[in-house]
This record gives sequence, C-alpha cells and structure tokens, in this order.
Amino acid sequence: MSFYSLWGALEIGLIFGLVALGVLISFRILRFPDLTVDGSFPLGGATAATLISMGLDPFTSTLAAAVAGALAGMVTGWLNVKLKIMDLLASILMMIALYSINLRIMGRPNVPLISEPTVFTVLQPEGVSDYIMRPIILLVTVMAIKFALDWYFSTKAGLAMRATGSNSRMARAQGVATGGRVLAGMGISNALCALAGALFAQSQGGADISMGIGTIVIGLAAVIVGESIMPSRRMAVVTLAVIVGAVLYRYFITLALNADFIGLKAQDLNLVTAVLVTIALVIPLLKQRLRGKNGAR
Amino acid sequence: MLSAKNLHITFNAGTPIETRALRGLSLDIPTGQFVTVIGSNGAGKSTLLNAVSGDLPIDRGTISIDGQDVTPQPVWERAKRVARVFQDPMAGTCEDLTIEENMALAYSRGERRGLGRAINNAMRAEFRERLATLGLGLENRLADRIGLLSGGQRQAVSLLMAALKPSRILLLDEHTAALDPRTAQFVLDLTARIVKENQLTTMMVTHSMRQALDVGERTVMLHQGNVVLDVAGPQRQGLDVPDLLHMFEKVRGEALADDGLLLS
Repeated sequence: MSFYSLWGALEIGLIFGLVALGVLISFRILRFPDLTVDGSFPLGGATAATLISMGLDPFTSTLAAAVAGALAGMVTGWLNVKLKIMDLLASILMMIALYSINLRIMGRPNVPLISEPTVFTVLQPEGVSDYIMRPIILLVTVMAIKFALDWYFSTKAGLAMRATGSNSRMARAQGVATGGRVLAGMGISNALCALAGALFAQSQGGADISMGIGTIVIGLAAVIVGESIMPSRRMAVVTLAVIVGAVLYRYFITLALNADFIGLKAQDLNLVTAVLVTIALVIPLLKQRLRGKNGAR
Repeated sequence: MLSAKNLHITFNAGTPIETRALRGLSLDIPTGQFVTVIGSNGAGKSTLLNAVSGDLPIDRGTISIDGQDVTPQPVWERAKRVARVFQDPMAGTCEDLTIEENMALAYSRGERRGLGRAINNAMRAEFRERLATLGLGLENRLADRIGLLSGGQRQAVSLLMAALKPSRILLLDEHTAALDPRTAQFVLDLTARIVKENQLTTMMVTHSMRQALDVGERTVMLHQGNVVLDVAGPQRQGLDVPDLLHMFEKVRGEALADDGLLLS
C-alpha cells in the first residue's frame, strides 16, 4: 500500500465516520433500521456541489447540505410515526424518492468540482500538501461532532431519545413524547450522513448520482467493527469506537483492493464490503458457538 | 381524585371476534384511596388500567383526574399525573440504561426535557438515599445496567421511580405476578409504604384474592367490563377469601344463567 493510499484511506474513513455516527443514532439508539442514508449521503453531495458550482461559498453550501439531510431524515421519521408505515419500508420509500430529488437538484447525473473552492481548499494553508491537510481538517471536524453528540446524549433530551429506542412504552409512561424524539433522532442522523456526502463530494472532486450506493452497509460495517474492537456501554466510548471502526474498515478495504496477489479491482468494492460485513456479523455467533462447546466439555 | 365515567371500549368492532372489553364502566376513587381490582380473565381489569393511563383510546366516556378531563391526552401527557408499574419487570425499565439513567428518566416525568444535564450529583445523592431504603444494596450499583438486576429488584426500582416525582395516580398492573412469593411480599410491602408516604391515589390490579383483601382500603370486582362488587370499610374487613370466591361464582353463575336463557 502506498503512502498516498494510506492518507486517502484515512480521509475517506473519517468521512464515513460521520456516516457511522448517523447509523449509530438510527440503528442502535433509536433501533430504526434506516436506509434513507443511501439517499441522504448523495443528497448532501448533490446539494453542496450544486450550490458551490453556482458560486455560493463552500461553508454555507455544506451547512445547507446538512439541513437538507435533516429534512430527509425527518420525512422518513414522519412517515413512520404519523402515517404508521413500517420503519424499514418508510426509509426505502424515502431513499427511492431521494434518487429523483438528487437528480433534480443536480439537473444532471453528476456535478464536478474541479477548480471551484471547497471547504478544504479554503482552509488549506501554504506549504502543506492537500492530501495531508484534508484528513487533518476532517479529524478536527469529526471529533468536534463526536463531542457535541456526547454532550447531547448526556442531556435530558438525549436521555429521552435513548429511552425511546430502548423501551418506547416505558418512555411514554415517563412522559416522553416518543414521536418527536424519533423525528429529532432521524433528523440528526441523516444530517450527519448528508454532511458526510457534502464533504465526500468536495474531497473527491464532485457529486455523482450513484455515490450513495452501499453507504448504509459501510456505515453499519463501521458500527459493527467499532463495537467489536471497543465494546462499551458508555456513549463517549461508543461514539469514538464507531469512528475508529469506520477508519479501520476503510483500511481493510484499501488493503484488500491494493493487494495485487488477491487480484481484486476497484469494481469489486461493494462485493468486498458485503463479504466483510457478513464476516463481522458472523463472528459473534461463531464465538458463542465456540464458547458453548467449551462449556459442554 | 380519579373519576371514570361510562367507559366503553370495544376491540375489533364489527368483526366476528368483536370483544366488548368495557361496557359503560364508572368508578370514582377519592384522593389518597388505595383500591384493589380483581376479576377473571377478560373482565376488563387491564383494559381499565390502560384506559386510565392513556395507552388505550376509549370509544365513549370520560376520564378525569382532580376534576380535569384528561380523556384527549396521550400517554406522555398524562404522565404528569399518572405513574405506572407494569406486570412485566422488563416493561417498566430500560434494560440498556443504567440504574441512575432510568431513575433520571423518572425524575423528569411530566417535565420538559431540554438540554440540561440528565444526571447531576444532587440527583445521584437522592437516588442513593432512596435506593438504600430498599435494603438491596442497589445504592452502590448506580452505574450498573438495570438489565443485570433480577425481576424483583427491577420492580422495586420501578416503584421508587413511580414515587420520585409527585404524581396523583399510581397504577399497578399485577406488578407482583411475575415474582416468587417472597419477593412478591417484599414488593407488596414496599408498595404499601410508598403509597402511604406519598398519599397516592392507587389502583392495583391483582389475580390474588388474598392480596385484594389484605392490601389497600377498598376492593372492586370487575366482570364483563363492569363493576359488579365494590366494598370498603367494615363490610370489607368482614370479608374473607371464601366469601369473595362465593360472590365471584355467584356473579359468574348469573352470567351463565343469562347465556342459558339466551340459548334456550
């Protein structure tokens, strides 16, 4: 693996760390299997890239992307809470709808960002290479968001959201308006995914309609890898774990694709992703079986 | 004071499996009274409790607490006045959260939950003090996941949680049914203590006739969605389980006779 691809893996890993934090909120905290992510990630990319190419400054564009993601997530939550559509189906509906919406926003299948300013070029100091500076900017951003989430989950509102996912009947009996908490959580989750999409588009030179395919699987993989290497119940550790999981996961992928003797190519990315996630999901089961056998002896 | 007037609830209305769970039930409970509710399966005990808590929408009738009509309020809004302990120890607590997080949830029952800290040291001290009264050693396990506790311990904590915030009504849905006899007695004694200390208007559903007569000040028997027996004071003190059983069978017998008439 080359020096460049190592930094590149860190950069993309950190961006997907944001997706992992979003997936943590929907899948783990709210227990809402949310596939909206596959639409809100490109929604963020499309919104940011289009606004930047129209001449808006990259920071406002990135913020707008996050707001768009939050709205998308809240629509999914609303479909489930108010219209009583099954959670998974509600998110699939939103994901499908976002495909068209993203095409509408861009007006074409992709919007390149070649010479336009991005959050990375604006923050780029003289004399430091961009492939080193981008991961540093991302690291600061992702950690700032992690600490903000840690703070949120230590508040009354955050605790109410955790209770909503854990036992919604009990939460209601304690006076928590659970519907509102689901909407808020889905909004935050998809805002993070759209922010990731916006940063991805700016770091990779543009937004593309197909950039969202498999985002949810990568996010879930990051959460699972993170949970298995740093198992903990403390929120501050869990949020760190999923970010580490996202970066590690990206390294595995880069390693697999770069190892010439395996013969994998870039187009095998999603297959490799699926296989790695399957392995990560099966490991706990295998461990359990192994323990069961030992116990029997 | 809790007042239920002419409550009607029908499940699966208009289908072959239509069940009229409550049929014009009315019940008034004065402030601070402890009422036990008995009745056979399907008599409408749990339905009544769920109607009062707001878990089940009622088809007709009104429910008011301290003179205020709460019928249109959803569960979370009624939670300001109504605390509840479920039959299933799992249902009343969040097993993924720690003991202190669960108690903190109950600590803000009925209040706006904003961006203030969920748990602070003053709250921890209070939780510790309350848990110590249980004598279960839980005061040293605040940061333990509540899922690690036994069913009895969880019910005990649920009861403490119900009394953390001043509320008007306490609903107990066979909250000792899932426990072994010794633990059940412990939870029952705790219930009596908490109800007395906080002067809660209490409705306790139970399957045990012994419990129904021993605990509280008034006993109500439900049958086919209506109150068929309502005893308190000296009349209740004179009652024993066989008497109650006798009344129970009488009521059911009459119901059977009615059906017999219908069939012939």
